[in-house]
Amino acid sequence: MENNNLMTLLEKTDMAKGRLISVLEKIQTMYGYLPEDVLRTLSDKTGHSLVDIYGVATFYRAFSLKPRGKHLVLVCLGTACHVRGARKIAEEFQQLLGINAGETTPDKEFTIETVNCLGACALGPTVVVDGHYFSHVTVKKVRGIINKTLEGLDTIDIKTDKRIFPVKVCCSVCRQSLLDSSYLIDGYPSIHLNRAYNGKRGWFRLSSLYGSFNSASEFEISPDSLYSLYCPHCKKELLEVSQCPECNAPMASMLIKNECTIEVCTRSGCRGHMMNLNQINITE
Amino acid sequence: MINLTINGLDVSVEEGATILEAARFLGFPIPTLCHREGLSPAGACRLCVVEIGQGQNAKLVSSCTYPAEEGLNVRTASVRVIKARKMILELLLASCPQSKKIQDLASAYQIRQQRFKQEYDDCILCGLCVRMCEEQMMAKAIGFRGRGENRSIGTPFDVQSDVCRFCGGCMYICPACQLRCTYSEPEKAICGGCANLSPPCIEKEQYDDMMCYMKPCVACEIVKDK
Ligand code: FES
Ligand code: FES
Repeated sequence: MENNNLMTLLEKTDMAKGRLISVLEKIQTMYGYLPEDVLRTLSDKTGHSLVDIYGVATFYRAFSLKPRGKHLVLVCLGTACHVRGARKIAEEFQQLLGINAGETTPDKEFTIETVNCLGACALGPTVVVDGHYFSHVTVKKVRGIINKTLEGLDTIDIKTDKRIFPVKVCCSVCRQSLLDSSYLIDGYPSIHLNRAYNGKRGWFRLSSLYGSFNSASEFEISPDSLYSLYCPHCKKELLEVSQCPECNAPMASMLIKNECTIEVCTRSGCRGHMMNLNQINITE
Repeated sequence: MINLTINGLDVSVEEGATILEAARFLGFPIPTLCHREGLSPAGACRLCVVEIGQGQNAKLVSSCTYPAEEGLNVRTASVRVIKARKMILELLLASCPQSKKIQDLASAYQIRQQRFKQEYDDCILCGLCVRMCEEQMMAKAIGFRGRGENRSIGTPFDVQSDVCRFCGGCMYICPACQLRCTYSEPEKAICGGCANLSPPCIEKEQYDDMMCYMKPCVACEIVKDK
């Protein structure tokens, strides 16, 4: 069954020369690592020699030939982090998890790997867990990072996360505030809009916290479909200016402080959004 | 045809020829280690450096990979070239002091003592065996693995390759350990400059397995139990 997956993957991808890395990446996402038998099948099916595949797989640190744990901890030992004591941090991780760098805990929860610079030297010592960057890590913070990882890193802590802040938005057409303090989301007044999809209309509320993706709506619509948003006051459609950077759907724009715009994607399920600060009048 | 000057002599060579080929055509000796006729050039050992360009722009390039260019002015034995070459040899000698080939080259360049720690590595990563296996033997049984200080040559997953035909080409061409091939007559393997009379690779037990990807080895018939 595992090899079936590989077969479908190989059928879907065009294995022209130079595509090896992307195929290996896909295999790695599929299995979490590059299993030997899969690489052998890959070589049989594609004509890439095993030597080449193995060479590429061992050249890049991103590939692993050994199974990795559920969470991947990357401790930076690059120059900048090193001089700020990254070695101690790596040791602390190794001690708390009871494994050496490059190894996986017996319960398959954690894998520790060391890297040489993550490109965030100013934030060093840097640790990346499952793609989440932790900056200015100290030995004391290590335990917290592990606990947080076990709790789940993707849940955003609205109270302490500095990337999240409330925005006051108004309709870009009639300039009336869209905030509705009678309906709170995340403890803040929600952004009140009307949504139309497939001939149906109903209210749609977004969290006014920038960075929070919580929303509420009168009726659910199937994922991946496009809807339009209207101002509840002037009933005009919110201007669609740009295309969503993630999915290319049109984006509806709202105004903040009459000066800059915030845009949200109008495809259900897409989190695409952007803030355009260009029009800010600095002298104000 | 491309016209260039080598050590002040004009020469014209066909398009696509390398500096090395042009220099050899004129009879200027350039030492090589990782270059073999019949194998694609790799530029791995840097022993074949020559100097090109003028004044500020003069630079060292590996002649085995650098294509002859119109109007190029090549010096194959300038002070800078010799200095660089000696350093390369000294470093090669430090990593593989047991290699007869490297010893000979070093002695030809008057290297009489070594400033670096001898590592007795069994491989200088010149890639001759990899190219031999792929280009002449059409096998691709061995290749480079890893990178940086972990770079090594061997079979995938370190198990015997099913495309290996035990031809022995990899051992035949290896410059790090030709002594293996004179194993039966060690006295004949007397090296030059350093007056080392016994071939060190036989004495040292750790070189039993040196650069041999064949199991069992058909050349020296040393049976290894791993
Ligand atoms: S050295 Fe650690 S991020 Fe650059
Ligand atoms: S012979 Fe040119 S680099 Fe080795």
